[in-house]
Amino acid sequence: MQGIDRKIRVLVAKPGLDGHDRGAKVIASALRDAGFEVIYTGLHQTPEMIVNAAVQEDVHIVAMSILSGAHMTLFPKVRELLDGAGANHILLTGGGIIPVEDIEDLESRGIGRLFGPGTPTTEIIDYIQDWFGGQETS
Amino acid sequence: MSTIEKDASASSELLALLREQEDELSELKERLSRWEQSCADAPEREILFSTVSGREIKPLYTLLDRTASQYQDALGLPGEYPFTRGPYSTMYRTRLWTMRQFAGFGTAEETNERYKYLLRQGQTGLSVAFDFPTLMGFDSDHPRSLGEVGVCGVAISSLHDMERLFDGIPLDEVSVSMTINGPAIILFCFYVVAAEKQGISPGVLRGTVQNDILKEYQAQHAWIFPPEPALRCIIDMFEWCSENAPKYNPISISGYHIREAGATAAQELAFTLRNGFEYVERAIARGLDVDSFSPRLSFFFDVHNDFFEEIAKFRAARRIWSRVMREKYRAKNPESWRLRTHAQTAGVTLTAQQPENNIVRVAYQAMAAALGGTQSLHTNSMDETLALPTEKSVRTALRTQQVLAFESGVTNTIDPLAGSYFLEALTDELERDALAIFDEIDCFGGVVPAIEEGWFQREIAMSAMLQQREVEAGDRVVVGVNHFTEGSEEVEIETLHIDSGIEESQVAQMVELRARRDPEAVERTLRELRESSRTGGNLVPRILECARAYCTLYEIRRAMEDVFDSYKEPVFF
Repeated sequence: MQGIDRKIRVLVAKPGLDGHDRGAKVIASALRDAGFEVIYTGLHQTPEMIVNAAVQEDVHIVAMSILSGAHMTLFPKVRELLDGAGANHILLTGGGIIPVEDIEDLESRGIGRLFGPGTPTTEIIDYIQDWFGGQETS
Repeated sequence: MSTIEKDASASSELLALLREQEDELSELKERLSRWEQSCADAPEREILFSTVSGREIKPLYTLLDRTASQYQDALGLPGEYPFTRGPYSTMYRTRLWTMRQFAGFGTAEETNERYKYLLRQGQTGLSVAFDFPTLMGFDSDHPRSLGEVGVCGVAISSLHDMERLFDGIPLDEVSVSMTINGPAIILFCFYVVAAEKQGISPGVLRGTVQNDILKEYQAQHAWIFPPEPALRCIIDMFEWCSENAPKYNPISISGYHIREAGATAAQELAFTLRNGFEYVERAIARGLDVDSFSPRLSFFFDVHNDFFEEIAKFRAARRIWSRVMREKYRAKNPESWRLRTHAQTAGVTLTAQQPENNIVRVAYQAMAAALGGTQSLHTNSMDETLALPTEKSVRTALRTQQVLAFESGVTNTIDPLAGSYFLEALTDELERDALAIFDEIDCFGGVVPAIEEGWFQREIAMSAMLQQREVEAGDRVVVGVNHFTEGSEEVEIETLHIDSGIEESQVAQMVELRARRDPEAVERTLRELRESSRTGGNLVPRILECARAYCTLYEIRRAMEDVFDSYKEPVFF
């Protein structure tokens, strides 16, 4: 663990109409157990609602879970709104049922790493801590 | 010999027999304890010997594990009370399970083509997957639908879409299952009117609409209205179907989504059955005769990885359902005691790593469903953790069922594992667990208060977390994920890509529809629906009128929502 002056704050979000929240809840619990401050949005959030929550809660990271196939619309939309709200310092990452080509495409467009089914939660925690460490030193 | 002498000799014979059995059991006990000692020399492998649901399994089961008192009480014969051995007397020797692959994507036309393909491949029933906007009651041209139209299922926003979905498919011959819950009453009415346009009366329709709102609040989360008005709509459908569509199942009480969200086998069993009893109680409270609707209640269970626990779950479900329906709700018609079920292999067990391994997982799960005595089955495709399945992977999944049904021999005799010390002990255990969970739910005062407290949701999330921890600690082996991972990095399979032009074409259809229909009929039928929502009375005839006037899904939803309001979820993790 880093020497943390302030806790890493993460917003776990479920955008769109997709109700599959098993993954989001498991990730939220695992991140909380790892010592992060976690806020969970609940279901059926619009991109606007997510960005408002991210800004209000002053989070470092937004982690979206999408199993509906709408990832190509929702990730860029939330990124765009975050940037528009002057929150381009916030990392947008996430996971779900996302084909490999789409992951590559999204990652090349300013979205952070995206994780598929079966990813150990430790891998996600490490990724967030590394990213956060990089932010602090830069 | 006198009668008294005869009786005396019979009872002494019986006594001798009992003594003999007792001797046999105590001898078995002794031998078993010697056997256990001898086993101490061979240490067990260091892995979990519990089921995926965390149930401890002993190394050996014997006659001593039989707890259910009498064969006749606990098992009976197939097709007879308490239906443990199967809901029908001749089972697969008369009729195989229905092979029913859940499908839908893109526009109504594209899905219509996939259905015709599946029917040509020997599939025997259809199962409609709707897209998320439809599941939530939004039209394709609603702003909330952006990016989700036709992506995860087919987009159906009006009768016009439903007509195109079944174009050229005779609805009097094919049984159709529709997975829809929040707006189920609306999509059901679209379907009935689509059949009407084919010249088919509701009286001959065979099929099922999922229509199980309680598990939506608990696990799947595609709700619209709060519990009370949502339950009213469901009982309206029970009532309307019992009078007008007696061969149609107005509900499929579903454990699938509860299990997929993380529940254990026992939780899936108990929550599902308890939800079923909730619907029964609501219908009785409406004044319906229990035997007028109960024969058409159908079920839908998951088939997960643990082979024997899953088989036991199906058998326990039938036994519990029949006993409670008969003893508590006083159903007199044996059809009301008979639990019929659809099954689907467990999507949550599929891995993105080495996806070909999924074919094997699905095959074992499918075999458990057949040995559990399911009435219909969907087998998942190997590529579903990556995208919607391709035509080829769906065909392999269907072929898996055909190999099982026609090559493996498991269909030759009914309930072939009955009498297995292990399976019967598991069946009894699952039954006991479910009854204990019923008591917990009753402590809340029923299903709806427990939902409002978030109890089901927390129980399910906790089970999911425990399972995840076992996997991450490496205690629960998942082949290709935490063990045997060589080759897991390269995923080289074709996946299905949905044409992104769907949204525009669907939106264009909507514009055309709105221009073409009679605005007065739309306005009038919606007003009447709003009125009936407020005053009471069965809503099905009202919504059928809306469907005939080509009111859209969202228009009908809004009319009801004006009166019913919408559901607010308690948020936690």
